[in-house]
Amino acid sequence: MSTALPSDDASGKPAPDAAPEPTVVLGEAEIARALTRIAHEVLERNKGGQDLVLLGIPTRGVPLAARLAARIAEVEPGVDAARLVGSLDVTMYRDDLRQHPTRSIGTTQLPADVDGKVVVLVDDVLFSGRTIRAALDAISDLGRPRAVQLAALVDRGHRELPIRADFVGKNLPTSQTERVRVLVSELDGRDAVLIEGARA
Amino acid sequence: MKHLLSAADLTHEDALRILDTAGQMAATQAREIKKLPTLRGRTVVNLFFEDSTRTRISFETAAKRLSADVINFSAKGSSVSKGESLKDTALTLQAMGADAVVIRHQASGAPHTLAASGWTHGAVVNAGDGTHQHPTQALLDAYTLRRHLVGERGSVDASGRDLHGLHVAVVGDVLHSRVARSNVQLLHTLGARVTLVAPPTLVPVGVEAWPCDVSYRLDDVIVDGKPDAIMMLRVQRERMSSTGGGFFPSPLEYSRGYGLDARRMASLPEHAIVLHPGPMNRGLEISADAADSDRAVIVEQVANGVAVRMAVLYLLLAGEQPTTNRSAE
Repeated sequence: MSTALPSDDASGKPAPDAAPEPTVVLGEAEIARALTRIAHEVLERNKGGQDLVLLGIPTRGVPLAARLAARIAEVEPGVDAARLVGSLDVTMYRDDLRQHPTRSIGTTQLPADVDGKVVVLVDDVLFSGRTIRAALDAISDLGRPRAVQLAALVDRGHRELPIRADFVGKNLPTSQTERVRVLVSELDGRDAVLIEGARA
Repeated sequence: MKHLLSAADLTHEDALRILDTAGQMAATQAREIKKLPTLRGRTVVNLFFEDSTRTRISFETAAKRLSADVINFSAKGSSVSKGESLKDTALTLQAMGADAVVIRHQASGAPHTLAASGWTHGAVVNAGDGTHQHPTQALLDAYTLRRHLVGERGSVDASGRDLHGLHVAVVGDVLHSRVARSNVQLLHTLGARVTLVAPPTLVPVGVEAWPCDVSYRLDDVIVDGKPDAIMMLRVQRERMSSTGGGFFPSPLEYSRGYGLDARRMASLPEHAIVLHPGPMNRGLEISADAADSDRAVIVEQVANGVAVRMAVLYLLLAGEQPTTNRSAE
């Protein structure tokens, strides 16, 4: 059973009525390149793959984290992708639970204890920053990492909290009314980043 | 889902949703920090007109693990013993801002009355009413069955799967058991086959309308039915005396016919598990050998009870509160 969370960290605003044809901002090749670059940046910043834990935030952060881990394992000798990657569900830490119908809870699975590790959170879209705030709370209940970093495939701006990404696939200036969707082949059959709901 | 009153109200989809959520809740309970901030600021009232320490502390633990405030209201030594009606108690709780009321009552239907009356706006959770329903017990039993018998045994995630193809024998005082009633309905909804086993005096009138088989002979059910799980119900010794109804002649005779002992354990299928809603009467419905065997999951049921009740409270309370609109689910 798939958990039907919206791919975007939804602003809670209703989607614009009609669906104008979505614009493809990133294709398969661009996403692949961005992830490869982020993987190298993560290694560079942390001087290797020791003590790294990549935690994908469901739903679409999870496959993205797995791909990053695979790329890191490719370049870094002695690193096992499966030991590097996990998922972190933040549903029960959200501050907007009361504004939405009850959300399904995703899976939290840690590859290892996070104490003393460098945790890299992986999400598809960085928007208000509220998901990441929830994730920080969730992590602090799981242990005390040495550092927490954030990788996002798309940063669309409009932050509501003092949060920034350490690794960004693409900065995407958007308007509040637009909706950014990330499709990943593991779940959606293809890789793409789309912008929906033009400013008409 | 606005209230949880009866296992019969749960659709297949609702039930799976609760079990899947319970699975995630159970995962959080294996951590060092078990408390989640999810229901911060919500108030859960445990309204217990009947003594039940186990169920109450299970609900209390569940609510506290989700950071809800818990108020325990027990009828003994309270305004109820001074003659306050359910309505006035409910209005008082409403005035105190209860977001959920967990009610245990000796009268069948009391939770339904509370939910339907509009005396309280909170969600009503039935924690056992008379001889009617005890839905969270059935849910935790179903969760326990799924964990052990569906998919590869043990820790493998059975999320999204139901109990299709399983055979569960429910043995004991069916007549007075809300646990049996709730289980028959829920396990049927989830695709399992249920056989009730009880002496003829302890089988309720009208049982033929229930979605289950009935047998008077435990040994036949164990040998021929090859149940995947056997659920022993609590039998009260006082039922034996004529004032208690005289349902069976002596405890020993009951144990001979319907107790789970080492011999019957040995004739159960290899993989079968033993459940009991507690509190157990060792030596009456279940022998010490059976209760302490590694196939007995009775202690685990208690832990699963907390996870299932967390799931129920989460699903009832965490989302948008339907003030005018009703949730589609």
